[in-house]
Amino acid sequence: MTVELASAPLFTGSDWDFALINRIYETIEPIALQEMKLDIYPNQIEVISAEQMLDAYSSIGMPLFYKHWSFGKQFVTNEMMYRKGLRGLAYELVINSDPCINYLMQENSATMQTLVIAHAAFGHNHFFKNNYVFKQWTDAEGILDYLEFAKRYIAQCEERYGQLPVERVLDAAHALMNQGVHRYPRVRPRDLKAEAAREAERQAYRDRIYDDLWRTVPTGAKADAIPSDARRAALGLPQENILYFLEKSGPRLESWQREILRIVRLIAQYFYPQRQTKAMNEGAATYTHYRIMTTLHERGWLTDGAFMEFLSSHTNVVYQPTYDSGQFGGFNPYALGFGIMSDIERVCRAPTEEDREWFGDIAGSGDPMEVLKDIWANYRDESFVSQFLSPHLIRQWRLFKILDKQGESELRVDAIHDERGYRRIRRSLAREYEIGRQEPDIQVVDVDLAGDRKLIVEHSVLDGVQLEARDAAMVLQNLANLWGYEVLLKEVDSETRKELKSHSAQPNAVWLR
Amino acid sequence: MHIVDRRLNPGGKSLVNRQRFLRRARAYVQQAVRDSLKDRSIKDLDKEGQISIQRDVIHEPTLHRAAQGGSRERVFPGNHDYMEGDRIKRPDGGAGAGSKAGQGEGNDDFQFALSREEFLDLFLDDLELPDLAKRRLIGGAVDGIRRAGYSTVGNPSNLSVPRTMQKAMSRRLALRRPKGADLARIEEEIALIEARDPALPDDAVRLEALREERSTVIRRRNLIAYIDPVDLRYRRFETVPKPVAQAVMFCLMDVSGSMTEHMKDLAKRFFALLHLFLSRCYEHVEVVFIHHTDRAAEVDEQTFFYSTVTGGTLVSSALEKLIEVVQERFRPDDWNIYVAQASDGDTMQSDNGRVVSLMQQEILPFSQYFAYLEVGREEFADIETIGTTTGLWQAYAPVSEANRNFVMRKVHHRREIYPVFRELFQRKGVAERSS
Repeated sequence: MTVELASAPLFTGSDWDFALINRIYETIEPIALQEMKLDIYPNQIEVISAEQMLDAYSSIGMPLFYKHWSFGKQFVTNEMMYRKGLRGLAYELVINSDPCINYLMQENSATMQTLVIAHAAFGHNHFFKNNYVFKQWTDAEGILDYLEFAKRYIAQCEERYGQLPVERVLDAAHALMNQGVHRYPRVRPRDLKAEAAREAERQAYRDRIYDDLWRTVPTGAKADAIPSDARRAALGLPQENILYFLEKSGPRLESWQREILRIVRLIAQYFYPQRQTKAMNEGAATYTHYRIMTTLHERGWLTDGAFMEFLSSHTNVVYQPTYDSGQFGGFNPYALGFGIMSDIERVCRAPTEEDREWFGDIAGSGDPMEVLKDIWANYRDESFVSQFLSPHLIRQWRLFKILDKQGESELRVDAIHDERGYRRIRRSLAREYEIGRQEPDIQVVDVDLAGDRKLIVEHSVLDGVQLEARDAAMVLQNLANLWGYEVLLKEVDSETRKELKSHSAQPNAVWLR
Repeated sequence: MHIVDRRLNPGGKSLVNRQRFLRRARAYVQQAVRDSLKDRSIKDLDKEGQISIQRDVIHEPTLHRAAQGGSRERVFPGNHDYMEGDRIKRPDGGAGAGSKAGQGEGNDDFQFALSREEFLDLFLDDLELPDLAKRRLIGGAVDGIRRAGYSTVGNPSNLSVPRTMQKAMSRRLALRRPKGADLARIEEEIALIEARDPALPDDAVRLEALREERSTVIRRRNLIAYIDPVDLRYRRFETVPKPVAQAVMFCLMDVSGSMTEHMKDLAKRFFALLHLFLSRCYEHVEVVFIHHTDRAAEVDEQTFFYSTVTGGTLVSSALEKLIEVVQERFRPDDWNIYVAQASDGDTMQSDNGRVVSLMQQEILPFSQYFAYLEVGREEFADIETIGTTTGLWQAYAPVSEANRNFVMRKVHHRREIYPVFRELFQRKGVAERSS
C-alpha cells in the first residue's frame, strides 16, 4: 500500500477550528478504515462546553434522559469536584448509538482533539459495532428514540399522577436496577422503537375492551390452591430479573407503574454490556488511538511537540499504581486492556518460546490487527483476561494473589509471578471480572399465592460474603412497596443450602394508594 | 461525518434535576443553611457557599455484597518480596480486600455548593416585608429616565442616524429615486456615441433620447432628496417614577457592662438576618452601627460587636444619635429606614419619658420598621417569661400597641432567633396555615 506522507503537519499550535477538525478526521479515516480495517458506525462529532459536559455526566452520559433527583445529586457532586479542581472532566464522551455520537470538549487542545477522535470515533465506535455482547444486547439504532419515549412517558405520568408517586416508583426501580437485567440471552434482541409502539397499542386495546359490566359479574367459588411446582412454572420462577418479574406479575401495580419499571429495566439492560467489557472497550480504544497517533507522527502529520503532548496524556491514562503506592484503587481498565493488547501484538510479531507454548494459535502469526479484531469481536473482560493474560505480563506487573479466608486471622499470599502461580493468578483475575461474582446472585424463588401473597427472594451466598445489611433492608423496603405485600429475603449458602440470614419487609401503607 | 457545534445550545439541562434534588433534601438543606449562619459574618451571609448534609436522606441503596466477612481472593500488582505461602497481617480498617474507597458505610457528609439564589431561597423561605413597608416602597418614588422609542422631533444630539437612514432609504425606494449609477451609465453612453466617428445613422435619434432621459433622471434626483426632513428620527426618552430601591439599616445596641457576650451574640445574629433579608428586598442596603452606654457613637462593625465600653445606660442617647445620622445622611424621602435595637432592657427610669417621646414623635414617623429585641441570659429564660419585665420593655409596650411598625420580642437562646425573625416577617397566609 502506498503511504501518503505529510507535506506539512496538520497543526502547529494548540488552537483548533472546525476546518482543522475536519482535516484531522479526514487524515485519520484512511489509516483507521483502510490500514487497520476497522468497521464503524457513521460518526457525528459534537463540540460542547465544559458546562454541557457536566450536564452530560449527570445523566449517565446520555444526551437526553428522564428527570430524577438522583441525577441532580450526581450533578452537584460533579460540579463541586470540578470547581474545586479535585477532578478534571473527561476529554470525551461517546454514545453507543447509530450514528455514533462523540462529544469533544471545547477546552481541548488540537492534539487532544486528534487523540479523542482516534480514541472515541474509531476505537470505541469499532468496539460497539463489533463486540458480540453489544450486538446481542443493545439496539444502537433505537436507543435515542427510546430515551425520547421514556422521557416523554415519565413526564406524562408526572402530569397525570403527580411528581411524588412517579418519583417513588423510580426510586424503587433504581434500587433494583442491578437486578433488572437478563443475564442470559433467552429473549430476542429488542427493538426499542417497537417497544414504544407496543405500549401505545396495548393502551388502545385496554381502552377498547373496557366494559364496566365485568365488575358486576359474580365470581365463582375460589379455585383450589395450585400445586407449588405448577405455580412456580406459571410465574416463570425462579427469576433473576426482579424488575421483569414485578412488571409481569406484581399484583398491585398499575399499568403506568409497570411501564416505568420496564423503562428502567430496558435502560439497565442497555448498559449491561458496558459493565462486562470495561477493560476491553477502553483497551481497544486506547490501542487504536496509540496506533493512529504513532502513525500520524511517523508520517509527519503531527509535530514532535504535539506527539510529546499526546504521550504525556497517554501515559497518564494507562498508569497502573501498585498496591502499596497509596493510590491503588483496583486495576485501571485502560492499563489492563491496553497492556494485554500490546502484549498480544508482541506475541504475534516476536514470540518467545514461552509464548509459543501458551499462545500456540496466535504466536508469530504476524498480523496482530486481525488477531485483535477477532478478540474485540468475540470476548468480554472475563474471557479476555482468562485467555490472554500472559506470563510475560504477570512478571512485568509483578502480580500476586491474596487469599482472605473466613475465620483465619491472617491473609495468605496464595500465588506470585512464578511458574506455579501464572495460571492461578490469571484465573483469579478473570473471576474478578465475572459479573456473576461482582454482583450478588439474587433470585425470586416463590410466591405464596394462596396465602398472604408473601414474595420470597433468595440470595445465593458465594464464599460466605453476605449482603450489606443496611442497604439490603432499604432495597427490600422498596421491593415490598412495589410488590404490595410482605417480602422475605433469605441468604442461603450456595454450597450447603444452609440459611445464613433472613430479612423481611412490609409494604408501606401510604405508598401505592 | 458531521460536526455539530453544540456550545451555543442552552445550558442548564440539569437544572430541573438539581432542583428536584434540593427539594428532596429540602428539610436537611434548610437546616444546614440555617446552621451555617453561625460561621458567617454579618455582611457575607448571602454569599454562595458550600454546605454539607447527611448522606442518609439522599442515599441510593443497592443490593451489593458486604465489604466484610466471608472468604475472598484478589489479585494485586507490584509485588516486591512476597513469596507463595507468606502470611500477612490483616491491614487496619477491616478485613481483607483492600478497597477502602467507594463502598464505605457512607457515614460521612454529602457536600455540595449552593448558588447564592438557592441559598437565600432556602434561608428566607416564605418571608416578606410587612404590608406597611411595601406600600411605602411603591409610594415613595423618584423620577428615572428610560428609552421610549423614536420621535420625529427632538434635540439634534438625540438624532438616531441608523433609524434616519433606514427611513430615507425606504422613501427613496418607494419613490423610485434614480441611483447615481443609472446617471453614470447614461452619461457614459452619451460620451460613447458623441465620440463615435463616423457616426452611425440612428445615433442622432438615440442621442436625443438619452439626453432627455438624462435630464429626467437629474430632475428626479433633485426633486427626491437623498435625506429629507421627514426622514429624521430622534431617540425619545421619558421619565418614569422609579421606586426607591435603597434602604438603610440601623443597628442599635447597648454595650454597657450588663450586656454579656451571649447577649451580644444573640443581637449579632438578629442583625445579620435582618441585613440579609433587606438585601434581598432592596438593591442597595447601607448599615449603620450605633452603640451606646450613656453616650452613643457611630462605629464600625468590629468595634460594634467586639469592643467593650463601660458606662451607664441611656437609651435616649442612641436614639438621638440615630436621628442625627438620619438628618445628616439619609433623607427619609430617598431611603427606606429600618432600625433594629438590641438591649438587655436595663435603663434609667428617668430616661424613659424622653425615649418614648423621641420614638413616637421622631423616629417612628420616618422608619419603615422598628424592631426591638430584648436579649436575656440563657439561664433566666424560664423566670423571665413568668412576668418580670424590664424598664425598657415597660416603656416600649404602649408604643408597640399604638404603632404597627414597631415590634418587640424577647430572646434568650440562640435557637429562638430564627423563629422570632420568621415570626416577624412571615407571609400572612403562611402564618395562618401553620397556626
